[in-house]
Amino acid sequence: MKPTDPAVTWLEEKPLGLAERLYLPLFVQGLATTARHLVSPKVTVSYPEQRPTVGNPLIYRGVHRLNRDDEGRVKCVACFLCATACPAHCIDIVATESPWPDREKYPEAFQIDELRCIFCGMCEEACPVDAIELTSLLDLTGKSREEMIFDKEKLLSVYDMTKDAEPMKSAQYKEELSPGHGAGGAA
Amino acid sequence: MPVVIVDGQEIEFGAEEQLNCIQAARLAGKEIPHYCWHPGLSVVASCRMCLIETGQRDAKTGAVTMVPKLVPGCQTPVKDGTVIVTESDKVTESRARVEEALLIDHPIDCPICDKAGECLLQDYHFEHGQAERRADLHPFHSRKRDVGPTVSLFVDRCIMCTRCVRFTREVSGTSELMVTSRGAKEEIDVFPGFPLDNKLAGNVVDLCPVGALGDKDFLYQQRVWFLKREPNVCGGCAAGCSISTEHNQDTVYRLKPRENMHVNKWWICDEGRYGWHHLHDSARVLEAGRKAAGSSHRGNATHGGVEPVEWADVVAQLRSDLAAAGRLAVAVSPQLTIEEAWMLCSVARSLDPEAYLALGFVPTTGEDETFPGGFTIRGEKCPNRRGVEQVLGLFNAANTGWDDLVAHVAGGGARAAWITAGHAQPWIETATAAAFANLEQLVVQDLFHSPLMELATWRLPAAGFAERAGTWVNVAHRAQCFRQAIRPPAGVWPEGRLYWNMLGRRGLYDPTAIRHELAASSAAFAALAGDIPATGIDLRIHQLA
Repeated sequence: MKPTDPAVTWLEEKPLGLAERLYLPLFVQGLATTARHLVSPKVTVSYPEQRPTVGNPLIYRGVHRLNRDDEGRVKCVACFLCATACPAHCIDIVATESPWPDREKYPEAFQIDELRCIFCGMCEEACPVDAIELTSLLDLTGKSREEMIFDKEKLLSVYDMTKDAEPMKSAQYKEELSPGHGAGGAA
Repeated sequence: MPVVIVDGQEIEFGAEEQLNCIQAARLAGKEIPHYCWHPGLSVVASCRMCLIETGQRDAKTGAVTMVPKLVPGCQTPVKDGTVIVTESDKVTESRARVEEALLIDHPIDCPICDKAGECLLQDYHFEHGQAERRADLHPFHSRKRDVGPTVSLFVDRCIMCTRCVRFTREVSGTSELMVTSRGAKEEIDVFPGFPLDNKLAGNVVDLCPVGALGDKDFLYQQRVWFLKREPNVCGGCAAGCSISTEHNQDTVYRLKPRENMHVNKWWICDEGRYGWHHLHDSARVLEAGRKAAGSSHRGNATHGGVEPVEWADVVAQLRSDLAAAGRLAVAVSPQLTIEEAWMLCSVARSLDPEAYLALGFVPTTGEDETFPGGFTIRGEKCPNRRGVEQVLGLFNAANTGWDDLVAHVAGGGARAAWITAGHAQPWIETATAAAFANLEQLVVQDLFHSPLMELATWRLPAAGFAERAGTWVNVAHRAQCFRQAIRPPAGVWPEGRLYWNMLGRRGLYDPTAIRHELAASSAAFAALAGDIPATGIDLRIHQLA
């Protein structure tokens, strides 16, 4: 929209009143804000000695994981929808024909560059089989850039590490929607 | 001129033109959805997607009489006064029903289907299908079976348009595919023991409007929405089929035919379709090198005493080396574009005004092969022999070929030779290469190492077909211009860039500028002035007129 667009309404700043020009009332107002925060409950923690509590792990966007299916195989079907949705282009997949009869293709390699990732959660949203999920793990560190490129094994190990604390989100939803009903299929 | 009325819009068409309603509607800018109809195949009108309302306007009274029921647009020819309605409620309703019926039996496995993104079933469903579904649809896994060495069939994704069956019967003439069973149990299959194995087999994958037929070479490699498409020309044989090179991040993933009624219509052969793998072969020559004069003991010398040379130095040193040797012989490869060929000849004549110019090696395998549908695969496996011959004609060397050049060099007629090749297949034997053994300077510009390359004092890499830009002239004298689809590997300059710099021209290599110069200066290339349409232009257009 151009500044000359007729839809743009131009407003003039109001001239300062007596209270604003006196400065003192505003000074008191600011001091009151400071005083209020001094006595209100603290929201910050002394990380890393203290760990922050994650409010709702279902919607928290931390380190990625690749879920496993009932048989322990990677759930991903290598459809590239996460890589397509990713605004940071940090997901790199190599697809190949799967060795299992019930599955068309699977990822031969699956890499996420955690340094490039902006943790927007679009991959999780795009995934048609709920294979990629963001956990509530928030302290992500490494000694080199290479170490921060997570491959398939690493992402699966994140799942193994977090599956007890955070069950698969799809399983939780499924239980809510239709208890006891199996998955319609992998696709 | 006869007139057809499409959604109230009057469109004129040629009296000689035989159009069906789909084609007539296209003239008006209206797209009638269709699966089974293809301009290159017979009409079966089986998919029922193109059902429309038609009628006839009375020439005298102007009164329109409509046909009470819907008719298939593909099977209904238009004549003067035909009325076509493509957007009535009745038509819209019918399309939604057809889409609904097709989806009842469809696996809906779009996320893992390679066709997703260029699938007509998807596109038409978004456009003409209904948002809510009345059937209880569940995604399931499509059965998959091999129908040939290059093609896989995903049985349940098929919508039974039978384009592939008609292709093998009418165009390739091999009739491998058929429909088995009947009604809802219909399936595409091959006859037992006769797989889909012909030289045009890959076209059935392009024809398939859904993801039922998959190209094994491309299967699971890349999602189609990542691919960039560059109009290109196939370099596999002298036919010069129009193709589109589909690539991503300087890697070619597949070649697809591009419609060109003057050359290949809608098809390409499998040899051309899969003839891009050599571009990404690790055995390619990837850097310019020069044989160090008697210095193989030196520490920095690499294999065979060849030292890498920076391209900027190649331009100057090559000139001085060749000028010092004198008596130059040049083989102009039929893989080069006419712009490159002309620049190479100009460089050669500027170094040695008496330079011996000849057409490079022309790879040939067997005879031309024509299929029942009219498609021809040429035995001459290079794209630009006609063009290079025309260029050589401008330098008074029209009739000298590779054998003449070998004889000339073997007879001691040259002290230096510059051989351009760039063939995907091995092309020269040690015995032939031996003729070049005693030269003072031997420049070889090729894609791969060869016995000739071993003898060379200058080893220069060549560019592959998708890495070039310029103009090729096919067997029927049709010139087609194309741009670079992918960048060559690091360390490789396309031939045109080297010659451009050796001619002392400024800036980036611009094939269009060279083409315009050629068109302005020679009668043979006069047709190449101005912009060339995507389907190319016949070089003889002025001679014929």
